[in-house]
Amino acid sequence: MKPINEVTSIMTPLDRSNVDTDQIISKEFLKRIERTGFGKYLFYHWRFDAEGNKRDGFVLNDPRFDGSEILVARENFGCGSSREHAPWAILDYGFRVVIAPSYADIFYNNCMKNGILPIRLPEEEVEELLAKGKAEPARLAVSLAEQTVTQPDGTVRRFGIDPYWKEMLLNGWDEIALTFKYEDQISKYEEAMQRA
Amino acid sequence: MAKTIIDKIWDRHIVVGEPGKPDLLYIDLHLLHEVTSPQAFEGLRLNGRKVRRPDLCFATMDHNVPTVNRKVIKDPIARKQIRTLEENCEEFGVPLADVDHPDQGIVHVIGPELGLTQPGKTIVCGDSHTSTHGAFGALAFGIGTSEVEHVLSTQTLWQSRPKTMEIRIDGEIAPGVAAKDIILTIIAKFGTDMGTGHIVEYTGEAIRKLTMEERMTVCNMSIEAGARAGLISPDEKTVEYLRGRKYVPQGEAFDKAAEDWLSLASDQGASYDKSVSIHADEIEPFITWGTNPGMGAGISGNVPNASDFENELERESFLRAIEYMGLEEGQPFTDIEIQHVFIGSCTNARLSDLREAARVVEGRKVRGGVRAIVVPGSRTVKKQAEEEGLDKVFTEAGFEWRESGCSMCLAMNDDVVPAGERCASTSNRNFEGRQGTGARTHLMSPAMAAAAAINGRFTDVREEFAVHA
Repeated sequence: MKPINEVTSIMTPLDRSNVDTDQIISKEFLKRIERTGFGKYLFYHWRFDAEGNKRDGFVLNDPRFDGSEILVARENFGCGSSREHAPWAILDYGFRVVIAPSYADIFYNNCMKNGILPIRLPEEEVEELLAKGKAEPARLAVSLAEQTVTQPDGTVRRFGIDPYWKEMLLNGWDEIALTFKYEDQISKYEEAMQRA
Repeated sequence: MAKTIIDKIWDRHIVVGEPGKPDLLYIDLHLLHEVTSPQAFEGLRLNGRKVRRPDLCFATMDHNVPTVNRKVIKDPIARKQIRTLEENCEEFGVPLADVDHPDQGIVHVIGPELGLTQPGKTIVCGDSHTSTHGAFGALAFGIGTSEVEHVLSTQTLWQSRPKTMEIRIDGEIAPGVAAKDIILTIIAKFGTDMGTGHIVEYTGEAIRKLTMEERMTVCNMSIEAGARAGLISPDEKTVEYLRGRKYVPQGEAFDKAAEDWLSLASDQGASYDKSVSIHADEIEPFITWGTNPGMGAGISGNVPNASDFENELERESFLRAIEYMGLEEGQPFTDIEIQHVFIGSCTNARLSDLREAARVVEGRKVRGGVRAIVVPGSRTVKKQAEEEGLDKVFTEAGFEWRESGCSMCLAMNDDVVPAGERCASTSNRNFEGRQGTGARTHLMSPAMAAAAAINGRFTDVREEFAVHA
């Protein structure tokens, strides 16, 4: 996966809570057998009506946020289905960072495996970002190494992340290759289980 | 020290436990299906890797499969996905119950049915409803496709030890109240993210009294409460359900295994990071009115009013939900008319679910203008139901009797609810567009869905239908 550290971009304020993975990528797009090409289907039914026309008022259709790499949303983002097609669609669309007060567990893990940085900030800080981002396009500077989100006025908010995943994201490591270093231990475990 | 079943299973499966890192956990059973596995197998091929333990994998096809004519998959992309699973299982030596195999069915229905699911196992699948297997006292959770690839290659996963949560249901549920009502009540009361970061153990008298199939319904929807896994300590019912099944040890070896399984039950006095409880008396037949599984209430109630929500954000999402659902504030549930009924899914498509629905349907007719389908959870369930004549009960009432699969739970095949139409569904998710673009889903138990089919509107199954003996 692609390493990630610093991302500076306009944020896209998606002012919704409990955004489920069915909305992020609808089931009719899950039949592909590739990992790529899902970006055009991201939030499909919120972006387009039944005739395929863009829906007015949905934030991803607002040209002011074109090219944004940072998505900001409310709590419990990514709930529901385990489909990794959801982070694949987010990444393929162009987002590298998601900021929300909380995430569903499976979605959070899936982001980590794809070089997407899911940042948890307290609810009031997300509220502040959404308010600013909706008022006028606002550029954020995210640093994974420093664990900071810097606003245009210089306000810096810190976020927490498990050091294991931080290192993985910073280096873009292949987790399976790392696990292979423990192959002896895995074999020993299997032998012990066999005997039990 | 007194330990929970969660910690007991976790500790048994640590391959590598280094401070400051997640644990490397051994996985005992890896279930696979056609939708979330192709990219994982492709990853193996690209990196020249193999499946470490094909003998610990089991695959089937369920999400895309047609439920009318098995042989005809009109959508070429769906057809390709199914063929890809066949080819991948062949290439990597993974056991497969394909669409013609007698063991085929929804992956979470066949695991227990075949006895692949056993207490104490770590079980994963690229599907969030893997929590179903927790009913047996297994640690079972959904994973993404990258994790599927990791398990295929290494038979392990890096996992941080989650927090533990006890959900206790005291007392005994009243007649006419189903397992589905228990879990829907819990989610509505405590929220769709109550379980985030936790593994849940369901305890209490009401849980002990449930059958294994009812326990599966409860554990199945743990993910709808935000918990990746939800489990129940094994007891004699667990052992008796598994005895003699295809993949469990036989004879003396079974008794030895059973002894070990029972020892996994949470110790008296074990403590949890969080505990909540409800009393069974609070639980009545339940339906959802909104666009997430937490937006629901007892059948005797009404659609809420905007003024019920003090928080402005909650009020906004309420208004958005009822607009999508085409409902009025304060509307009594029993006034809401439906056009579709779906009895199926990994939540409620086992034999006992079909029996419950059939008891309501027997000798009655589906209301004119309602399209009602029954999709058994597996080919075995279908066969058993037909042996009991349940198929006749349904078809004589005007239901369609289908082949097994996920079907209208997520509408990846041809079983779709049209935009703006309303469905009484025994499935697990009522998200926007879940059963079809613009479709309106209401979740409920099999008996409640059957009653809705007969009356063409939501009905308190306790009032008009004597479902309890």
